[in-house]
Amino acid sequence: MQYAAVTGIGQTQYKARRGDVSIAGLVHEAARNALDDAGLDWNDIEAVIIGKAPDMFEGVIMPEIYLADALGCDGKPMLRVHTAGSVGGSTALVAASHVQSGAFRRVLTVTFEKQSESNAMWALSNPQPFSPHLNAGAGGYFAPIMREYIRRSGAPRDTGIKVAVKDRLHGARNPLNHLQMPDISMQEVEDSPMLWDPIRFLESCPSSDGACAMVIADEGLANDGPRPPVWIRGGAMRSEPTMYAGRDEVNPQAGRDCVADVYAQAGIDNPRKQLDCAEVYVPFSWYEPMWLENLGFAEEGEGWRLTMEGATSLDEGGDIPWNCSGGVLCSNPIGASGMIRFAEAARQVRGDAGEHQVDGARTALGHAYGGGAQFYAMWVVSTDKS
Amino acid sequence: MKDIAVVSFAQSDCRRDAGACNEVELIMPVIEQALQEVGLRNSQDVDFTCSGSCDYQQGAAFAFVMGVDALGAVPPIKESHVEMDAAWALYESMLKITMGQAESALIYGFGKSSPGELPTVLSQQLDPYYLAPLWVDSVSLAALQARVLLDRGIISEQDMAAVVSRSRANAKANNPHAQLAGDVSVEELLAEAEWVAPLRKHDCCPISDGASAMVIATVERARSWGRPFAVIKGIDHRMESHNIGARDLARSASTELAAEKAGVANGAVEVAELYAPFSHQEIILSRALGLDDSTEINPSGGVLAGNLMMASGLSRIGEVARHIMNGDIRRGVAHATSGPCLQHNLVAVLEAA
Repeated sequence: MQYAAVTGIGQTQYKARRGDVSIAGLVHEAARNALDDAGLDWNDIEAVIIGKAPDMFEGVIMPEIYLADALGCDGKPMLRVHTAGSVGGSTALVAASHVQSGAFRRVLTVTFEKQSESNAMWALSNPQPFSPHLNAGAGGYFAPIMREYIRRSGAPRDTGIKVAVKDRLHGARNPLNHLQMPDISMQEVEDSPMLWDPIRFLESCPSSDGACAMVIADEGLANDGPRPPVWIRGGAMRSEPTMYAGRDEVNPQAGRDCVADVYAQAGIDNPRKQLDCAEVYVPFSWYEPMWLENLGFAEEGEGWRLTMEGATSLDEGGDIPWNCSGGVLCSNPIGASGMIRFAEAARQVRGDAGEHQVDGARTALGHAYGGGAQFYAMWVVSTDKS
Repeated sequence: MKDIAVVSFAQSDCRRDAGACNEVELIMPVIEQALQEVGLRNSQDVDFTCSGSCDYQQGAAFAFVMGVDALGAVPPIKESHVEMDAAWALYESMLKITMGQAESALIYGFGKSSPGELPTVLSQQLDPYYLAPLWVDSVSLAALQARVLLDRGIISEQDMAAVVSRSRANAKANNPHAQLAGDVSVEELLAEAEWVAPLRKHDCCPISDGASAMVIATVERARSWGRPFAVIKGIDHRMESHNIGARDLARSASTELAAEKAGVANGAVEVAELYAPFSHQEIILSRALGLDDSTEINPSGGVLAGNLMMASGLSRIGEVARHIMNGDIRRGVAHATSGPCLQHNLVAVLEAA
């Protein structure tokens, strides 16, 4: 396998509605920012790999066809990835494979969602001829799984509230975020309406417009830009069916297998110690303790203790800060949300995460999941090539 | 990219309406057949699985998620999906193998177009602000392209009808999965009324339900399975502008470029399987690929004989591979397309091992 590094990162401002740009304008903005960050122009890019969540969200079928011009693709290869909510992560991994295979030297990858031009709840609840009609959306789908986590682990009821506050305080350090809540309190979260027990309004992610892009280059081009390269030390994807006899939906096997694979590639056997921070897909507060266990930061049933002790909090000086950017709880342009995790992990490693920087971060995990918590994409990035 | 072996290929019948058969039921038989040909049981026996499909055919977000149910993905598997024709799922799988993370892969594509009106549905892949609100359907756009060719005197209506006549005859002779097959003369075809002028109904591919699947592997792994295989020696794909007014619709610049990068001209092309949903596009494509009379074009009948949207591109590659695996030919070219008027094109060169 060829070495590959992130040499450019570009994000848009995340907002409830980016009425100032079209979909093409939105992806162009992220891509242009990534090119500027890498000190490159469109002609320096050999291929473009684009991803987003279901086409039904914006109502544009195979939008790479329409977005070809906005991303400078005339005459270039362009690939469209769609792996449900994990797509932001898997798009980055497919882009990396273009370079790691040696087939390309430098590629651009872009993901987006423009939720203000869409209706995700409608798209997710379309009645189907062969299945019972589920008019639930994501929150309703995941709520029973979170309740089962609480039952199994005996976690205190305010664990979710703590995550919601922690990520919003992190997020207030990141000017790109959709939600800016520097004064949020435990009481405010607790008083917000209960949407899908145990998830209150403020324990849920927002609906955002936004796009995220990265430039990925091979070893020979990695040091060409103004920024230090961020080396991809491991990447993995796993899938399992939505339902099968004996499936553990609280601590899914696919997540455990995926992270074991990515840790093995990166030489990590003690993630809490060897990783400096993690950007993990937490769209509902309770998924932080659940993923702490699934990703091997805590024993099964113990994840909530790390959250409650402040181990994942930058503000409390935790040893393994999670979602310093504010995470999905502060900005959720669905198709891009996974790539934002991957890109924010890379920003930490190259030390330019601004107010939400973890001092001296050298190795970080980026994580995304999707579907019925059945699709996983993860990478570990580092200052060191090997 | 490494040389990659195509080890098996299976395609379902092209049916106008698969009725109560759902997507998983369309996929399972072809996956089973493709795996069984190599002696594999399910997706656990390959290192990677990748598929291509389109949510809008099914009318549901995450349509491909159901497809995972067809795979036997317990314990979890390494799997990915492109919202493109499965020919691009093959491309992603080849990257995975070339980078060394897999030695074998299962690829499948599926489409059940019958529940909707496909040409109208596809109008929603156009620019959402300026074109999609006009509901310009895929047949009308292709008709504009055919008009350009006719007006410039590049082709005649006879040329278009000849493509259709050959497609039907080839399908009758060679393709048990075809939806449209038979003996029909150019004169008979031209006697039919225009549908979306200058296209007659037979100039347009039919709408079909079905799926196809393929197993690929490193050449070393393929040898160890001890079965005949074909080798993908070159593959490339290129996008063009979405601004139809800015393109020369009479040629396919992206196919020309992809053909050059894939090395089409590096040897004789005995067979070419081209994803040409409209008769005039077969002529555009064979010119873009630099093919002449020495190449047999679309011996399967091509997609004019049956078009499994999202699987047809993979099927073109599979058809060429099958000719090589059977020992009929030593070298062939396959093509896949996406978007209105051939906007995005993939070219693969296959050879005998």
